Amino acid sequence: MCARWWFKVADPRVLAPYRALLASRLQSQLAYRRSFALDVFGAVGIGLLEFAEVYVIFANISILGGLDFAGVALLFALANIAFSLADMTVGHLDALPTYIRTGLLDAFLLRPLSVLGQLVTSDVQLRRLGRTAVAVVILAVALPASDIDWRAETVYLLILTPIAGAAIFAALFVLAAAAQFWLVDGAELTSAFTYGGSYAASYPTSIFTMPVRVLFTFVIPAAFTAYLPTLLILGIPGPPDTPVWLGWLTPVAAAVAWVVALLAWRLGLRHYTGTGS
Amino acid sequence: MTEQPIIEAEGLCRDFTVRTPLGRFRRAKRTVHAVADLTFSVAHGAAVGYIGANGAGKSTTIKMLTGILVPTAGTVRTCGLEPHRRRKELARQIGVVFGQRSQLWWDLPLRESYRALAAVHDLDPARARARLGELVDRLDLASFLDTPVRQLSLGQRIRGEIAAALLHSPRLLVLDEPTIGLDVLSKERLRVFLVEERAAHGTSLLLTTHDMDDVQRLTERVLVVDKGRMAFDGTLTGLVDVVGAQRVMVVDLVEACPGLDQVAGTELVGVEAGGLRQRLAFTPGRTTAAQVLAAVAERAVVRDLAIEEPDIEDVVRKLYLAR
Repeated sequence: MCARWWFKVADPRVLAPYRALLASRLQSQLAYRRSFALDVFGAVGIGLLEFAEVYVIFANISILGGLDFAGVALLFALANIAFSLADMTVGHLDALPTYIRTGLLDAFLLRPLSVLGQLVTSDVQLRRLGRTAVAVVILAVALPASDIDWRAETVYLLILTPIAGAAIFAALFVLAAAAQFWLVDGAELTSAFTYGGSYAASYPTSIFTMPVRVLFTFVIPAAFTAYLPTLLILGIPGPPDTPVWLGWLTPVAAAVAWVVALLAWRLGLRHYTGTGS
Repeated sequence: MTEQPIIEAEGLCRDFTVRTPLGRFRRAKRTVHAVADLTFSVAHGAAVGYIGANGAGKSTTIKMLTGILVPTAGTVRTCGLEPHRRRKELARQIGVVFGQRSQLWWDLPLRESYRALAAVHDLDPARARARLGELVDRLDLASFLDTPVRQLSLGQRIRGEIAAALLHSPRLLVLDEPTIGLDVLSKERLRVFLVEERAAHGTSLLLTTHDMDDVQRLTERVLVVDKGRMAFDGTLTGLVDVVGAQRVMVVDLVEACPGLDQVAGTELVGVEAGGLRQRLAFTPGRTTAAQVLAAVAERAVVRDLAIEEPDIEDVVRKLYLAR
């Protein structure tokens, strides 16, 4: 079963239709260059504003949750690269109620492709790359400013964390979209988890009280996307009740989040088509 | 060789739960039977009109036939497949157009939409090009193939939608209100195309419509659904016999004339403007519009005429009373 699934995914012909769908989206977005440039500019502005918030906090204090300014900047950068990449590829999933209302979801059901696959490839918000760019610049400044003991594992963590972190946020978007099948107009509520998770991920998890910390580590795995790996990269112990080795488990957290998200999506779609309800 | 039916439904039911607020926190749950115990089958290559009043269960049935909705009870097989279980397989064999909902990419030109759809259906490039050429030619799409879909007129868009549904040469074409909102000329061109398409490729057709002309021109069998139940299954002539659905010829005369009663096969149902405009009801099948016009022309000079079609809602209501 599992091997069959892998052969299906590995076959480039299976992905060709999705590539064609995605290519048509890119084409329509780049068709209006000036408006696209403005959108990117806006995304850069939002990224800068959010970082300004961190900056203002450090105008008053010098250590936040055990991290100095450079450390928090590193954390912010990792969390934002991960979130902006996820937001770019699947952020539009929160528009699912619109897809349902306009009948687009029914159109997806009438094509010989996966509904989630079509939904994901139905849009890609390239302008979010503006926010990724801001985060990359902050990362480039924060890394030399931090006291890092450079080893092979450090490079490994720096490369893997944004990718696995993006996967975690993407899974959260899928999970939030699945919930929309029941909530119909609950985009505001589910945004609290996706965007709220992103906000929580940009700060040291140790600043939160215990219940919130557990929530953003194990229920919404936001701490895995940046905080825990940042502790490992900087080689600092973190709060007493949080084992630092958890930072290695970001890919595991991503895998778990995706299993939960895909199960929820399946249930949600079944609810929509009316199996067993 | 006898081919299996293209659609086979048995005891098909679909319930919806409707929640209506009762005060602030309490809500009443009510079960609505959108489709109740439908049994019918459509032979391979047949053309069937599926009619009924608004909310009679037409769209729900179509959604169950195409795999969008799962039946609450009963079974359905489309192209020999259970629709919701083998949705993707079925999608390669059917084409569906919902007249009021677009399946095209609104910000892309039709040409790009077709390119994407060819990839979606994994069509052989040479065959896809040939098929598209044929559709562009016969649906007359060439002049607006490069216009974004959102800038197309309704008639252009519907033609574009139908080409999109037929690009992968489906065995069954399902059209939900394809002619709604179209002008007379566009309707006529669409009907001519559909008749030709079926003649050329033997495509089966299931059509829901409010337009009796669509039924008459495109289908050889009519299913009437009322409140989720099958109210009639037979030919259009048979339906007309049961309900006596009449068309009304409205004639504008050059000179006022007393009521044109006793025109063969008609009944005078109205005299307006002092005899300048007269309305004659007749039953298709017993006489034709041409015969009525000829009979009227013997007695008065006709300046203009119009034909009013029986309303589907009216037909269904009469059917209900006749049972």
